Parts: sequence; C-alpha cells; structure tokens
Amino acid sequence: MNKTPVIEIKDVSKSFKEIKAVNNLSLTIYEGEYVALLGPNGAGKTTLIEMIEGIQKPDAGTIRISGMNWKDHEQKLHHKIGLSLQETKFIDKITTKETLDLFGSFYGLNPGRTDEILELVNLTEKRKAYTNQLSGGQRQRLAIGIALLNNPKVLLLDEPTTGLDPGARREIWKILGRLRQDFNTTMILTTHYMEEAEVLCERILIMDKGQFIAAGTLQELNARHGEGDLIEITFGSNFDIGASNLSGVKRLNWIDPQTKAQIFVDNISEVLPSIIESTRSGNVRITALTSRKMTLDDLFISMTGRHLTDS
Amino acid sequence: MNKSLYQLILINFRVFFREPAIIFWAVLFPIIMAWVLGIAFSNKGESVRTVYVTGAQKIPDKISGEKVFANETGNPSRIKFQKTSEVEAIKAIKQGVIVIYLEMSGDSLIYHFDPVNSDAQLTHLILERELNGKLNGENKTSVQGLQTKVTRYIEFLIPGLIALGIMNSCIWGIGWTLIETRMKKLLRRMVATPMKKSIFLSSHILTRIILGGFETLLLLIFTHFYFGTEISGNILAFIGVFLAGIFAFSGIAILIASRTSKTEVANGLVNLVTLPMMILSGIFFNYHNFPDWAIPVIQVLPLTVLADSIRAVSIEAAGFTEILKPVAILSITGVVTFIGGLKVFKWY
Repeated sequence: MNKTPVIEIKDVSKSFKEIKAVNNLSLTIYEGEYVALLGPNGAGKTTLIEMIEGIQKPDAGTIRISGMNWKDHEQKLHHKIGLSLQETKFIDKITTKETLDLFGSFYGLNPGRTDEILELVNLTEKRKAYTNQLSGGQRQRLAIGIALLNNPKVLLLDEPTTGLDPGARREIWKILGRLRQDFNTTMILTTHYMEEAEVLCERILIMDKGQFIAAGTLQELNARHGEGDLIEITFGSNFDIGASNLSGVKRLNWIDPQTKAQIFVDNISEVLPSIIESTRSGNVRITALTSRKMTLDDLFISMTGRHLTDS
Repeated sequence: MNKSLYQLILINFRVFFREPAIIFWAVLFPIIMAWVLGIAFSNKGESVRTVYVTGAQKIPDKISGEKVFANETGNPSRIKFQKTSEVEAIKAIKQGVIVIYLEMSGDSLIYHFDPVNSDAQLTHLILERELNGKLNGENKTSVQGLQTKVTRYIEFLIPGLIALGIMNSCIWGIGWTLIETRMKKLLRRMVATPMKKSIFLSSHILTRIILGGFETLLLLIFTHFYFGTEISGNILAFIGVFLAGIFAFSGIAILIASRTSKTEVANGLVNLVTLPMMILSGIFFNYHNFPDWAIPVIQVLPLTVLADSIRAVSIEAAGFTEILKPVAILSITGVVTFIGGLKVFKWY
C-alpha cells in the first residue's frame, strides 16, 4: 500500500517551566488515518496537538503538515486544518447559524456552507438558538461543525467528548465516522476514553509523561502488551500474594497494598486455581473476585499503575 | 467590504443590541445623567454669585468681600467679589465659574458679560442698581459685551458626558470583549483560522466609531431639544475630536486587554484606568478646583484632553487650528498604546 504522510513530527520537545510536557516525540501520520492520543490529564496530549495546530511552538524538533511548517506557511496551513479545542465557549447571544457564518467568513465561504454544516453536525433545528442555550453535546457539535467548515484535510480534535453523556458522545462518533467514509480526512483526536479510541481510530498512541508508552492498532496493542486476562481480587486480611510465586502471572498491580490486587495473566483458568489454593493455605479470606478480558484502561494500568481517567 | 470584517462588525452589533443592559448603560444612562444633573444644577438657588474684579490696585470697599444687595426686594442677592487678572476672569467666564466681571478703569466701571446670558444680565442689573454713581463718588459705568455665550452647567456637562461615553464605550466595549473572548478560548479558536488579526481589531474600532457616534448623537439630540444646547464650533472639528478620542481609547483598551484572561484582573485594570480619569478629568465639575500642582498632570490625561477639546468646539466655537494639538495628542496616544498592546497581545 502506498501511504502518503500527512503529519510528520520529528524529535519534538516542549517544556513549561520545570515540566517537560512533551519529551522528544516522533510520529508520522498518513493520509486518511484516524489516530487517537490516549492518556490521563497532564500526559502531554494537548501540548502535542497544540503544537500541530501551530498554537504552541516546539522547543526542539520539527513538525510538518503536508510538507509545510508553521513558520513559513501559516496561512496555507490554516486553510488545510480544522480543529476543535478543549471546551470552546461561544459568544452568548449569537445564534448557531451566525457563529458558523462568522467563522465561514474567515475562510471566505458563503453562507450556503453554513447550511451544509448544520446538516452535517445535525444542528439544523438549532440554527436560530443562541449558543448559550445549546446543550453540552450540541455545543461540541457546533465546535466540530466549525472545524469542518473549510473541508479540512487534517482534523485535530482535543477531547471532543469530554464531559458529555454517552448518548451525546455516540452522536459525535457517528459524525466523525461518516467523515472518514466520505472525505478521507486525516484525524488526530485526544481522549481519555478508551472506548472512543477503540471505536473511532485504527491507530492508538498511549501517552504518559510526555512520551508514547505504547502504539499500534487495538489488536497490536493487545497482542504486544495486553493479550490475556485480568483477575481483580480483594483479600479479607493482609496477604502478599506476590510471595506465593504463582506461575502464569504476567504482572501484579496492587490497588490497595496487601488487600486489593490486579493480576494480569495469560489464562484465567490456569492461574485462578492456584491463587485460590494459596489463599487457602495462607488462611486468607477472599472478599471479592472478578475476572475479565483486558481493556485499554487495564493495559494503561498495567504499564503505569494509574487509570487513564486519573488526573 | 471585506467579508470577515463585515461579519465581525455584525456580530459586535448583535451583541450590543441583544443585551438590554448594554443598551441601558451605553445609551440611556448618559441621557438620564444629563437630565438629572442638568435639572439639578439649573434650579439651584443662586444665593451666592461670584463676581471677579480686575484692573484696580485698590478695590473700593463696596466691591470687595461678600456683600448682600437688593435686600429690600425680599429676595436678597449675596455677591462675593474677588480680585483677579483679566486673563483669569475671561477664562473663568468660559469655564462657567462666573458670569460677569468688573473692570476698574480709572473712575469708570466696566461690566463684562454676555448680554444673551440672562443670568449675567440679572447679575449686571443687581450690581448696577447698587453701584451706579456710588462707588468713588461720581463714577461712570458702562457695559462691555462679551462674545462668549456659555456656561449653563448643562453646556459644561454635555461635552464631559460625551467624552466619558467615548472612554467607557471603548474600554468596556473593546477591552472587556477582548478579555471575554480570550477567556472563552474563542480568541484562540479564531486565530487558528485564516482570519487576519488586523481585521479582527479593526472591526472592534469600527464598531465603536459607529456605536459611539450613535450614542453621542442621541445625547446631543436629547440635550438640544430638552435644554437647547448647541455645538457652536465647526462640526467637522467636532467629528475630528470624536474620532481621535475613539482611537486613543481603543488603543488604551487593547493595551489593557493585551494579557489577562481573568475577570478579576480585568475589572481591576479597567477601574484603575477609568476611575481616576472620571474623577480628575473635569467631567462633572471643573478640574480647576484641584490643587494647582495637580492641574498640569490632569491636563495631559487622555480623558481631560478629550473633554476639554470637545468643550472647546462645543462652547468656545473652536475650529481646526485650536483642536490640532489635542487631536494630535489623542491620536499619538492611540497609536502608541495600540502598537504596545499588539506587541504584548496574548492571542492564546
């Protein structure tokens, strides 16, 4: 397959005072790809995406979009990119349609484009509503509508569904899914919802402390880091299950020291009997036990010891 | 017209007209203030009139200190005489501090006042009745008409209110809007489009010219029909001063709004800039009542420059030559603060 690189990030770093927000990252994204940046708050997702948007300047390294950089091609890049920021608010007593007309005028578009966008993000009924009367989901759809005004080659969405209820979130997924089918848009989205990354993106980059700690398709990630199962177990009294030297355990993660643990295993049916056996011989009661297939969140925990949604 | 400039101005207009509070403060409030203050000060019991005396080394006792005249009419007039130079006296007449002054010239006494000003005429009659032939024995009196038709309080007040309106319109209208737009991350969103920053800022200045013009016009129309005020000077000079005022305060507004995205800081900054000028710049009362050392400082404040030059055109019939200097000062203030503000402006 002949893939055209659209976004090329090379050795990019950015610090704020003492904190290294983005630490020497490199990444190439190809035409038509949907890429998710997954990570907890403060992982550096927004800093990275804002450097791609041209809002932040990297301390070191280069960013090229369709072969152009921000320093020399600012105007051209503005025309190529569509973006939505984390929680943009709009002017209160301006309607949905007027807001789109305004942003459309920045791209030299006619008001006719506004109607197309309203249709696309399913806000035609709300065209005459003031933006402060919109629900969170509707406001976010308006933000995405603005991002789509100029038919962008590259779409950069910073946490487009944070704070929305599941229904509103799904509606946004539907819009973004349609976009990929119809326009071959390249998209980067940041999120801390693993489900969002799974549903929308073929490539997932897991970020923590300014670096990618894992990358690949969901299948690849699972195969490489997380294929297998997870046992979550709570003991009635302190018990160091790690000392039992169980076979088939890939990793042990204490949620509460000595009482609640996550045990990452290849195969539940092989490991579970010996866990139960070791508690019995240690005379420790099991107060809770669940087991399941691993999710991206589990994967993140297994790598960092923290939840994706932790701040 | 540039499409985005047009859309931006349209948005600014909608924000203005869709917010009843903004219309109240920008349009109705100044009119109400003019009305209340105009009425309050035109009805004041003029029990003490100040009259300046010039041209004499030694002033006869009859016209020095405070005297009560026309006692027998049942409505006595209290007159306070004060010795000054002629220059001071003319200035005081223009500023509305006094309506008449007396010039001692040898034996004769000359009354200087505007014959059209009824208050001045009344004062003249009261004085004439007491003083005619009674001063240094057989003195002659004569009347010297002055061309300065001035000094009802309302005529002093209106230029001040116009200047204040321009300042508030720009500082709140531009400064506050910019800070709010930044706070909402909308500014950041806008500059991520091909929108030109210069167009964005111009749209705000143009909006203020149109809305400020509209506010000023309403105030002038109201006071013309209610109080009979007029602009005695060149109307183009008036527009020139108005535009220079808008530029000056737009620049100041952009400088104020250049960095902050916190309402508390913004509020403090706006008040820090506007409050001292509101108090010092002689909007409601003559700033010559402040101590002498403060006057030169007050006179270079942008609001003072603006109010004084609007007054010069409205009351003193000033033309282009007289307003050249204040217009230049205001324009330079505008350009310097605009460029300075733009240099440090935080777009995201």
